[in-house]
Amino acid sequence: MQAIVNISLKNGVLDPQGRAISHALGDLGFSEVADVRVGKQIQLDIDETDPARLRQRVARMCETLLSNTVIEDYSIEIPDENK
Amino acid sequence: MTLSAMRVAIIVFPGSNCDRDMMVAIEQLTSRRPALVWHKETSLDPVDLVIIPGGFSFGDYLRCGALAGRSSVMHAVLDHAARGGAVMGICNGFQVLTETGMVPGVLIRNAGLKFACRNVDLAVCDTVASPFTSGLAAGQHLTIPIAHNEGNYFADADELRRIEDNGQVAFRYVAGAAFGPANPNGAANDIAGVLSPNGRVMGMMPHPERAMSPEQGGSDGALFMSKALESLVS
Repeated sequence: MQAIVNISLKNGVLDPQGRAISHALGDLGFSEVADVRVGKQIQLDIDETDPARLRQRVARMCETLLSNTVIEDYSIEIPDENK
Repeated sequence: MTLSAMRVAIIVFPGSNCDRDMMVAIEQLTSRRPALVWHKETSLDPVDLVIIPGGFSFGDYLRCGALAGRSSVMHAVLDHAARGGAVMGICNGFQVLTETGMVPGVLIRNAGLKFACRNVDLAVCDTVASPFTSGLAAGQHLTIPIAHNEGNYFADADELRRIEDNGQVAFRYVAGAAFGPANPNGAANDIAGVLSPNGRVMGMMPHPERAMSPEQGGSDGALFMSKALESLVS
């Protein structure tokens, strides 16, 4: 089963990359852009068929390696959960 | 114990690039060659100091220091620190230490988005008892080079207050002779180095092993490291 982890910076953590992108978009005429935050997505293929167990394991992976919870939040998507 | 009896281990990851400079620096100060320990080792011989050197461990993949912080040798380093052993992390080594939680906070992208590579001026802080600061005077200035892209120290407001109150800030960027803004990367409270609560683990962004003699542009790195080593053997 596939799991998709989305990692984003917590509110209040400076995102210099997002700020630079925001400025660049403004320079390109996208003056409606108020703020940009850059995160990352990690796609995992996992040998597991039970969505609940999968979610639990992936949450453990996020806590131990995939995210640094001092500065990052994570969310887990399981696209085939309701199939 | 004398300096020449001091046992130092330098941990080497794929992508470490300051391990040899650190080995030469330690040998210059102690006349004894430190052990280079590969990251796949699962144990450490008894040592008086473990050093996590600078570089780009595991290509900075995922987050700087994240993969190195979870490699097998780091379990042994954590055990060493849990027994009160001394650990020093320089630059990427500092990032590794934050990823293991051995020192608080995290190092994020420099506020200016530029790799910063130059001398900086540091002030030694009034800290919790620590071998890394006890041989220096609080307020003393050191000039030591930095070379990093992710040295912007971050901790949330509560954590910052806690480490300031506990005397865990070891070094701060200050205005001095070095060219450029005093704070080179946007670090919270101008923090350049932090200590564990017990003062035995220290991470810093500047590279003391690159300031070991006047021929290298300065010897404040040698001053800092010799004082730290002397504190550790006394």
